[in-house]
Amino acid sequence: MLKIKNLDVYYGKLYTLKKVSLHLNKGEIVALIGSNGAGKTTLLNTISGLIKPASGIISLEGKDLTKLTPEKIVREGIAQVPEGRHVFKTLSVEENILLGAYSRYSLKTKREIKENIEKIYELFPKLKERKKQLAGTLSGGEQQMLAIGRALMSKPKLLLLDEPSMGLAPNIIKEVFSYIVDLKRVFALTVLLVEQNAKNALKISDRGYVLETGRVILEGSAEDLLMNRDVQRAYLGRDLDAEVRI
Amino acid sequence: MIWDIQKECMDREELSQLQLERLQSTIHRVYRNVPFYRRVFDKNGIDPDGFGSLEDISKIPFTTKADLRENYPYGLFAVPLREVVRIHTSSGTTGMPIVVGYTKNDLKIWTELVARVLTSGGITKDDVIQIAFNYGLFTGAFGFHYGAEKIGASVIPVSIENPKKQIKILQDYKTTALISTPSYALLIANTLIEMGINPNSLYLKFGLFGAEPWSERMRQEIEEKLKITATDNYGLSEIMGPGVAGECLQKKGLHIQEDHFYFEIIDPQTLQPVKEGEVGELVITTLTKEAFPVLRFRTGDLTRFISGECACGRTFRRIDRIMGRTDDMIIIRGLKIFPSQIEAILHEIQGRQPNYQIVLERNEGIDQITIMLEITEEIFSDMMKEQTQLISKIKERIASELGLPINIKLVEKRSFEKRGEKIKRVIDIR
Repeated sequence: MLKIKNLDVYYGKLYTLKKVSLHLNKGEIVALIGSNGAGKTTLLNTISGLIKPASGIISLEGKDLTKLTPEKIVREGIAQVPEGRHVFKTLSVEENILLGAYSRYSLKTKREIKENIEKIYELFPKLKERKKQLAGTLSGGEQQMLAIGRALMSKPKLLLLDEPSMGLAPNIIKEVFSYIVDLKRVFALTVLLVEQNAKNALKISDRGYVLETGRVILEGSAEDLLMNRDVQRAYLGRDLDAEVRI
Repeated sequence: MIWDIQKECMDREELSQLQLERLQSTIHRVYRNVPFYRRVFDKNGIDPDGFGSLEDISKIPFTTKADLRENYPYGLFAVPLREVVRIHTSSGTTGMPIVVGYTKNDLKIWTELVARVLTSGGITKDDVIQIAFNYGLFTGAFGFHYGAEKIGASVIPVSIENPKKQIKILQDYKTTALISTPSYALLIANTLIEMGINPNSLYLKFGLFGAEPWSERMRQEIEEKLKITATDNYGLSEIMGPGVAGECLQKKGLHIQEDHFYFEIIDPQTLQPVKEGEVGELVITTLTKEAFPVLRFRTGDLTRFISGECACGRTFRRIDRIMGRTDDMIIIRGLKIFPSQIEAILHEIQGRQPNYQIVLERNEGIDQITIMLEITEEIFSDMMKEQTQLISKIKERIASELGLPINIKLVEKRSFEKRGEKIKRVIDIR
């Protein structure tokens, strides 16, 4: 459904993504893993249109996205949950969720949006309990759920999740990951999951790509990647060139 | 039956995206981890980030058997040895063996691909499979062994044994599928006839044969003598072992496992790609191998691409049966000939698979070609006249088809004893 071919991205003068090619099939959870600075977030930002590539193709169900603005890309069905969650702390939980529907808000869609919120509350009952509460008073895990819930309001086909486990306690991480699997099931979503926590990410994914200094060095089923030592190294963030061969 | 419909019947466009992704990541890994390839890239000014299409692969120089040999034993491994869980070698018919390693993932994929080939050759979990390849450093036996177990078939790891013992197992263990070289299958078939056993009394239904070139006539002969469906499969240790390509029951060429290998066919002289459908040397790039990836390896095997869709439903491209080896190519008095051409003529005249060896000598500056032909019951008659007639018939046919005068020497039966291993077809003492 999402197809990326030979994506070249410069960050100023820095060549950050080097001919990156990857694809997501409908209904898949695909993990994008790699150490800090490998280009994972840059890739997500390029897909969602926040960064423009120097060259390459990004297409969603055959439609070229590279020339579209971020707003239009949202309307095409891609929603991003940014790293660090970025909820509006001084707004209530429900107000935060409603903001996610901004791109499709009109009198006609009011009812549909309401139904949509209910569906999100079903998935995250904790958000319903606290819908009047200020978002800033939520725990880290709840804020992550809120950020995901907000993204779902634009009715995406593809969800881009950037480091959803960052800064969360291990048991909360587990909970968040189990919600991601639910997302795939309940909303029939396709998910591109960026994670430093490679092990957990791969456990819930179908496939994965390993990004290193802006290049894809490995692609494979999640199961295969978990067994691969390069992945273990990427996860640990060790310096590969310093390692002695044989 | 298709083992992995999602992959084997993949949309061609999705496949080319997948191949590109895998080629790019293979190049990055190889450049980073294998000093040999890093040197090749740097010396030729090849940018590992410069591969935007599958066609760009032509920028990479070929990897030859000599390159592999010079890096004996572990020089081309792309992972540290502690990641390697299995080691095999190439059969080493010519010179130093080539040592290949497998990571856990490599073994998993290998098993999966062999399961595909077995399934396409008609094997299911209900089959009883007799593996008559040598268990050892050679990849054939182990490759098929794990693939067959993966399917859930019952595996009998007989290895190479004397044909009578194979036949006893075929009979007693109710074997339904035989896996071996085609010549070994024929040896079993002929022994069966000598012993006066009716092939219909066996349970054998399928045969998957490979590891040496064989002809359509030989297939027919094996199928008739053993009353089975025989399919061809292709693999080589330098790339992985069996499982690289295999025939489906349509028997119209071998499907390439394109999600794991990229095939090219080149002219062995000019090194340029041949025209679609023309015979040339097969060049293979691995797309997912971890321990022993190779880029553009010149296999030395001669074949051609078969165009068009296959009725079995698999979308993977096909190659024709291996027609010979580039190193078997005989250049004599300026003519290029292959042993397979001579073999086809002998087969036709004798009506059965010939056992022969071609000897090239130089006599007073003139190249001489002699065919050492094993005597069969048909030729072994006391009638000198008949023998002479046969010899002159073969001579005539070869002279008219290949434009080459030859000598023929009849030799005793089983002069080239084969115990399932490859026979050296050409002896060049020029």
